[in-house]
Amino acid sequence: MRFLLYTTGDNAQPSAPPAPPSQQMMDELAKLTEETTRSGVLLATGGLAQAITRVRNSAGKLSVTDGPFTETKELTGGFALIEAKSREEAIEWAKRFRKIVGDGDSIVQEVYGG
Amino acid sequence: MLQSVVMTAANAHRAIDAVWRIESPRLIAGLTRIVRDVGVAEDLAQDALVVALEQWPESGVPDNPGAWLMATAKHRAIDRLRRDERLDRKYEELGREALVHQESATDDVGDDLLRLIFISCHPILAPEARVALTLRLISSLTTEEIARAFLVPVPTIAQRIVRAKRTLTEAHVPFEVPGGPELEARLASVLQVIYLVFNEGYSATAGDDLLRAGLCEDALRLGRILAGLAPKEPEVHGLVALMEIQASRSRARVGPSGEIVLLLDQDRGRWDPLLIHRGLAALERAEELGGALGPYALQAAIAACHARSRAAADTDWARIVALYDALAQIAPSPVVALNRCVAVAMAFGPAAGLELVDGLASEPSLKGYHLLPSVRGDLLEKLGRAEEARAEFERAASLTQNARERELLLRRAAACSR
Repeated sequence: MRFLLYTTGDNAQPSAPPAPPSQQMMDELAKLTEETTRSGVLLATGGLAQAITRVRNSAGKLSVTDGPFTETKELTGGFALIEAKSREEAIEWAKRFRKIVGDGDSIVQEVYGG
Repeated sequence: MLQSVVMTAANAHRAIDAVWRIESPRLIAGLTRIVRDVGVAEDLAQDALVVALEQWPESGVPDNPGAWLMATAKHRAIDRLRRDERLDRKYEELGREALVHQESATDDVGDDLLRLIFISCHPILAPEARVALTLRLISSLTTEEIARAFLVPVPTIAQRIVRAKRTLTEAHVPFEVPGGPELEARLASVLQVIYLVFNEGYSATAGDDLLRAGLCEDALRLGRILAGLAPKEPEVHGLVALMEIQASRSRARVGPSGEIVLLLDQDRGRWDPLLIHRGLAALERAEELGGALGPYALQAAIAACHARSRAAADTDWARIVALYDALAQIAPSPVVALNRCVAVAMAFGPAAGLELVDGLASEPSLKGYHLLPSVRGDLLEKLGRAEEARAEFERAASLTQNARERELLLRRAAACSR
């Protein structure tokens, strides 16, 4: 089973600009990435730029709007595409990630057709 | 209320199960290093799991579940030692380690896992025992899951695993990564086990248990783990490349009603680009490491020729013939020779292919192999010799064990009569 793990944030109310991640956090993240790679779990991963653009089709009319958007939580930070045996396993990896990066939300969703 | 409590307990069990699947290979590997016995190590790991199942639903999963399980397993070892008053040297050693609170050096964890993989794929075990033990110890499948995946009764698998562990104990197989000239043969055994698991999953059909098709994922995961642990071994990357590229076609190789769709007829838009990308990258790695001519790398290179062609008509068949030539030299087999015939027919015409196939007709190991008449039928059909083609397809259909394949062959036979 394939799962997309990503972090969401509230771009509408950026509190203080996020503190740059500590060296310790970076080290732990690198370790986790290595662990997921070595466990044969990680298929793809990437960080996401802050600039965000929405392309919308409304009754056949296309519009393009630059963010940030106040009404939705946005995908921020980064994502990981993993291959796990079960949803619980995917959740466990998300927990391990969350423990390292601290407060905030990580979302786990199964990817069909993989 | 009660239902929600029950639900929560079930959820907790599933969460623990997930942690277990992640941690147990390293746990068993670490314990094997200490006790030098896979069977004892697995028992201790299971003991730790039992304690976790008792405690975690109440206390929650600990921050570092791997370290927790390892510490618990060591304590259980001491308990056992005291209870049994058996001065078994293995337990004594383990007890000493636990008492000095020596954490397993994290740098060694990967090495331990690699050693465990080499043990569970050891050539003193029969191939089916290697497969069962590897799936159990490294992929953390239960005996029931392995049995269901392989369409074998549970006691058969249980016995295979018990016997395998006993054989390893009796033979005093050292817990080490083999070095020097032994490495190549031992690594070949590991790769063979992984590819066996993959092929078993790849031959799953629509009605089968999902666990069976899941074997492809298990094999891929094993391959990726091995690539992480032995990154300098080109054939490991070759095998990973081969599996990734083959797996990329899994959606396209079955039609809407479960029928087999042959490679050249597949809708390439349904091939998984992510797996192709990963496969090509792994192949590149194998080639960079000087392993372009390894048997798995060559098979991967052939698979890559297809993966790179946007349409079946674009396939570089001359290159595929050359790759089969190389494969036939380093790993000659009648099946490779037969595949080469197909490639020759595609590159240089069906008559050239048929001539080669007829040269294989007397090959004893291909007697009863359904793909021989199947290929012959295909080439005869292309040459317009419909009646002979029909007979070959029918013969092939009578030889295959796979119902879906038989269906396909009979369909092709019927098409020849029209």
